Amino acid sequence: MSTTKLARGMKSGRTGTGRAGDKVFSGAALGAGVLIVVVLFAVALFLVIQALPTFSANPADITGGRGFFSYILPIVIGTLIAAAIALVIATPIGIAVALYISHYAPRSMARGLGYVVDLLAAIPSVIYGAWGATFLASQLKAPYQWLADNLGWIPIFGGPASGTGKTILTAGIVLAVMVLPIIASLTREIFLQAPMLHQEAALALGATRWEMIRMAVLPFARGGIISAVMLGLGRALGETMAVALVLSSGPLIASLIRSGNQTIAAEIALDFPEAFGLRLNELIAAGLVLFLITLLVNMVARWIISRHKEFSGAN
Amino acid sequence: MAALMTERKRSALTRGRLPRYTPYVVAGSAIVVAAALMSLIGFNVFGWAVLSAVLFAAGNVACSALVEGRRKAMDKLATSVVAGAFLVALLPLVSVIWTVLVNGIPGLLAPGFLGTSMKGVTGTVDNASVTNHTPVLGGVYHAMLGSVLITLWATLISVPVGLLTSIYLVEYSADNKFSKVITFLVDVMTGIPSIVAGLFAAAFFGLVMGPGTKTGFVAAVALSVLMIPVVVRSSEEMLKIVPNELREAAYALGVRKWRTILKVVIPTAISGIASGVTLAIARVIGETAPLLVTAGFATQINSNVFAGWMASLPTFIYTQIMTPTSPSNPDPSAQRAWAAALLLILLVMLLNLGARLVASLFAPKTGR
Repeated sequence: MSTTKLARGMKSGRTGTGRAGDKVFSGAALGAGVLIVVVLFAVALFLVIQALPTFSANPADITGGRGFFSYILPIVIGTLIAAAIALVIATPIGIAVALYISHYAPRSMARGLGYVVDLLAAIPSVIYGAWGATFLASQLKAPYQWLADNLGWIPIFGGPASGTGKTILTAGIVLAVMVLPIIASLTREIFLQAPMLHQEAALALGATRWEMIRMAVLPFARGGIISAVMLGLGRALGETMAVALVLSSGPLIASLIRSGNQTIAAEIALDFPEAFGLRLNELIAAGLVLFLITLLVNMVARWIISRHKEFSGAN
Repeated sequence: MAALMTERKRSALTRGRLPRYTPYVVAGSAIVVAAALMSLIGFNVFGWAVLSAVLFAAGNVACSALVEGRRKAMDKLATSVVAGAFLVALLPLVSVIWTVLVNGIPGLLAPGFLGTSMKGVTGTVDNASVTNHTPVLGGVYHAMLGSVLITLWATLISVPVGLLTSIYLVEYSADNKFSKVITFLVDVMTGIPSIVAGLFAAAFFGLVMGPGTKTGFVAAVALSVLMIPVVVRSSEEMLKIVPNELREAAYALGVRKWRTILKVVIPTAISGIASGVTLAIARVIGETAPLLVTAGFATQINSNVFAGWMASLPTFIYTQIMTPTSPSNPDPSAQRAWAAALLLILLVMLLNLGARLVASLFAPKTGR
C-alpha cells in the first residue's frame, strides 16, 4: 500500500503539483522576509510623514513656543539622565549577579537561579511602574530628605527634596531593576563561554577564585559586557510605563531628588491619548527621535557583538 | 582553644589558614553585634539582617587579612560582594511580588471582579462604597477580554510571518546577502521601543483610515511589530538544530522540499517553536505603552477588534492608578488596579511556565 502511495506521490510530482507547492511555499517564505523589511521601512516612513508638519510649522506654535529643537532637547536630556542612572546602578549589580550564577553558586542551583533572574524580566513594566509609584517612592522620601540636608551642595542632590519621592532618581532605580535581568542574562552567557582551559590553568597556578576570574574570565568577556550594557541602555531609553507612572514630571532641572524632568517615552504616553492636530505630529516627531537614538545604540551594540564573535571564534 | 591553635600552627600544611569554624563564629558574633547596634538606634528586622550581613562580610575579610594574607582576603571580599549583589538583585523581585500579592488578593477575591466590566461604575459608586463600607464594584471582564483578543490577533499576525521568515532564513536563503539584511533588521526590530511601535501603528492607521483611529486591531498590529522579531529569533534557533540527516533522508526518498519542511523539519522543532511563541505572547501581553496610543480606554465590554475602543489589563491598571474613577476616594481604584496587576502577573507566570512545560514535554526524541 505504501508503495502505491509513494508511486502516486512521485507521479503527482512529475505532473507538477508538487513543484507548484514548492514554488508557493518558498515564495511565501521569501514574502515573509520581504514583509519584515517593508514593515521596518514603513515604521520609519510613517513616523517621518507624520512628523514632518512639526518641522515646517511656525516655531511659536510648537509646545514651549520656541521651535521643535528647544522643545525636544530637555526631554532628550531627561531620557539620557534616567537611562544613565539605570545603567550606573544595574551594570555592576548585573555583572555580579551573572558572575554569581556562572562561577560562585553551586552547580545544582545555577539553573534555578537563572530562572529567578528571568522571572524579573517577565514581570510587565506597568507593574514595575505601579510598584515604583506606590511602594518605592514612599520608601525613598526619607533618604532623599537626608541627601538634600547633608549633600545638598552637590547640584544633583539640590533640595528641597520631593515630598512624594516621585523623582527622576526613583524612576532611574525602577529602570535599573528592569534592565538588570537583561544585563545579567547576557553577561552570564558570555561568562559561561569563557575558555575552561584558561580558568583551570589559572587555578592550577595557585590563583584564588577572584584572581582566576580577573585574569581568565573578565578579559574574555569585556566585549560581551559592553554590548550587554548597550542593549540594556536601549531598553532603558525606550522604557515608558515605569517613568510615566513613577515620575511627576516637570521642566529640566539638575537635581535628581526634586520632581521635574521628563523622558521622551513617558511624554508620549502621557500626552498622546489627549493630543490632536499639531501636538500629535509633535509627539510622533519625538517618537522618531527616540527611535533614532535607540536604533543607534542597538546598532553599536550589535556591531560590538559581531566583532567580538570573530575574536572568540578565532581563539 | 589556644592549645588547638598552637597545634594547628605546628603543621606546615595548615599554617596561615583559618580554622574551619571561623565563618560560623564570625556569623554568630555579627548577628549579636548587629542586634546590639540596632537596639541602640531602633530595631527593625530588615535593618538587622542587612547589618548582620555587612558585619559578617567585613569580619570574614578582616580575619582572613590578618591570618591568611592579602590575596585570600581579596578573594573573600570578592565573594562577599558578588553574593551580596545577588541578594540585592533579589530584593526588588521579592518586594514587587509581595506588594502585588498583599494589595491584589482582596480585590481579586471581591465578588464579581472577574465577571463584570467598569460600565456604570462612576465616581459616585466608588464614593458610596467607601462611605457605606460596601464591597467595591466594577471588574476587569472587559479588560481581560480585550487583552485576550488583542494578543490573539497579534499572535495570528506574528506567528505565520515570523515562522515563514525563519524558514526562509534557515531553509531557503543559503546565507545570501538578503538573509543578512533580514537578520540585521530583525535585530533592529528587537530594539524598537514599545511606544514607538505603538506610534507606528497609530500613524499608519491614522493615514489610511483617518486620524484618531483607535481599535483593538491597531493595537494588535503594534504588538506584532514587537512580537515578530521574538518569534523569528526563537524559531530560527530551533530550526537550525534540526539535524541535517533528517532533511537528507527525506530528499533521498524523493520528498519535495516544502513537504520535507512541513512534515519533517517543523514537527521535529515544534516543541521549541511552540515554547518560543508562548514566551513571545507572555512578553506582549504585558505591554502597556503601545496599547495606550492605539486602543484607547474603554470601560465597557467590546468584543469587536475592528471597531471601537478596547480595554486591556495593562491599560486598565494604568488608568486606574493615574486617573482614579473617583478622585476624592482613590482606594477602590487602587484595589482594582492591584487586583488586575495580580491577575496579569499570574497570567504571565502561567505562560512562562507553560512555555517551559511545552519545551520539555514535546521535546523531540533523540535517537538514544
